[in-house]
Amino acid sequence: MEAINGLQLGFSHALSLSNLGWALLGCFLGTAVGVLPGIGPALTIALLLPITYQVSATGAFILFCGVFYGAMYGGSTTSILLNTPGESGSIITALEGAKMARNGRAGPALATAAIGSFVAGVVGTLGIAFLGPVVVDFALLLGPAEYFSLMLLCFVTVSAVLGGSALRGMISLFFGLSLGLVGIDLQTGQPRMTFGLPELFDGVNVVLVAVALFAVAEALYMAWHHVEGKIQVMPVGSLWLSKSDLKRSFWPWIRGAGLGFPFGVMPAGGTEMPTMLSYYAERKLVAPEHAHEFGTTGAIEGVAGPEAANNAAAAGILVPMLTLGLPTSATAAIMLSAFQSYGIQPGPLLFQTQAELVWTLIASLFIANVMLVVLNLPLIGLWVRILKIPTPQLYAGILVFATIGTYGISNSITDLLLLYGIGIIGMFMRRFDFPVAPVVIGMILGPMAEQALRQAMTISEGDWTTFVTRPGSLAILILAALALIGPRLYGLVMRRWGVPR
Amino acid sequence: MTSRIPLPDLFAGLAVLGFGMIGFWQAWAIPVSPLYAQVGPKAIPYVVAAGLTALGAGLVGAAMRGGWSHGIAELTEARPPNRRALGFLFAGLVANLILIGPAGFSIAASAQFVLVAAAFGSRSMARDLLIALPLTLLVWFLFVQGLGVNIGAGLLEGFILRLMGQEPV
Repeated sequence: MEAINGLQLGFSHALSLSNLGWALLGCFLGTAVGVLPGIGPALTIALLLPITYQVSATGAFILFCGVFYGAMYGGSTTSILLNTPGESGSIITALEGAKMARNGRAGPALATAAIGSFVAGVVGTLGIAFLGPVVVDFALLLGPAEYFSLMLLCFVTVSAVLGGSALRGMISLFFGLSLGLVGIDLQTGQPRMTFGLPELFDGVNVVLVAVALFAVAEALYMAWHHVEGKIQVMPVGSLWLSKSDLKRSFWPWIRGAGLGFPFGVMPAGGTEMPTMLSYYAERKLVAPEHAHEFGTTGAIEGVAGPEAANNAAAAGILVPMLTLGLPTSATAAIMLSAFQSYGIQPGPLLFQTQAELVWTLIASLFIANVMLVVLNLPLIGLWVRILKIPTPQLYAGILVFATIGTYGISNSITDLLLLYGIGIIGMFMRRFDFPVAPVVIGMILGPMAEQALRQAMTISEGDWTTFVTRPGSLAILILAALALIGPRLYGLVMRRWGVPR
Repeated sequence: MTSRIPLPDLFAGLAVLGFGMIGFWQAWAIPVSPLYAQVGPKAIPYVVAAGLTALGAGLVGAAMRGGWSHGIAELTEARPPNRRALGFLFAGLVANLILIGPAGFSIAASAQFVLVAAAFGSRSMARDLLIALPLTLLVWFLFVQGLGVNIGAGLLEGFILRLMGQEPV
């Protein structure tokens, strides 16, 4: 069994003192940023990227993954105690969680969220360990043509399938693709989309764009509609789950984890859909004597299920990233750029050429899950205190880190101008409900897709039909087309024939 | 629902259309490669520009049909724009841009911190400055000494380095 051997290798490295330290630091930072409204894992990892100058790849990725998992745990705390979800995966948790908190049951809600996250994290990480090598075997069969088609599928799912509007999602994606084109074309050495400015010849840094969209734009948008007022944090109370709480949480955890992981693995990415599905499933399946708690006093099933789904989906997102080199969330896209800054090309060969790194990372994910339960339950008081950081100083601090994260890369005021400029665009994107994740994904994935396209065309000697004559590529393209027009076609058909005469 | 065209939505659509046009202009400006390639450097930029233009046209169309802003709950419930907060925030960004060259990171970022905190309603600028200076200095030392990223010592950093008996870089 490849996974067993791999995990053995992984744990032997992950249990070293320095790697445990990176995991702990990552979990701690991740929980903190997950708790704080306004900062998410994508921004945090982007700001931490400079450590790649000093720290080994293994250490850095353990840190990043700790942040990634930690933010998922921390996000639920904010949803429950503040009723303002820290990140998109926790929106559903706020529905029942905040109601439980208002009825004095914040403690059990936090406990079921943390334990559910743990169960799902372990299930999801097992999924990575066992599914990863299988996907790799399959991926090794893919040529550049299939890869290009796969990336097209990825573009469609991250922009058009998720979110409110396919049109606005695709505009975000194309904005990202345009940004990805800026700079010297690697194949021919021609400067592209640089407006003749030498400062742009190296391209636009993805960290800069992520920081602009997630920190500067967020701060600007918050200021736009800012009203002064105090935030109100609900009291936590006792964390103990009663026997009946445990019994009511158990199956939702398992179902949520089972539901979330496949969604994360599929290039559809995102944690919104599985959390929503889990919520509706639990609402349907709840025992009749507790059904009235949904939407009134808060049902524990409605916290346990979605929170598990959220974490399992987050784990699932790592599968396409590690095995195919395809990022399906903004955080994964930033991690991918971290791989690139180490000169490592993520893709099917990663499991072979960097076996030690990959398996140490996976082993660290198990360790991180254990650390996170400990950090989140006994230390809940600390996170409540972090929640009370006043908004003015919080946003001021975020912008200080945004500035140094960008200025530190290049020492250039042009980059700061670009940071603020893209931040202003991002503010308007928030205002007009454009999703920002496709920008970051398009920026990272765009150049990779262009390279795959050119390789495929070189192999086929300029024959464009290669994408539809190779069966694998054709199948993926059909999937992409279905994902793009399927929902609209379905809606149209339902309207034509579904309406009673 | 009103039958009038919502102007903000129309402007958003036109802005995307404009971005598409800029894309076309920049794709056209790419010099033709002397090297032979199956897919040259101009092909994808044209595709992306065309996509952005078409999507922008679609968005203008959506705005003409009544727009989409009225459907966003967060917006319809939103309060009027807070000009004071936005003004302070922009002042913070500009202060940082102006100061970071001549005065260095800590001073520039501290000025930004104080102005941004004021934007979000902080009343005590002196207290914010007392938070900002140690914070920005700590961040600077973390970056320069901890990570070996050279961001250059400004006035304040140089002064403290000299106090510690080191030559500022």
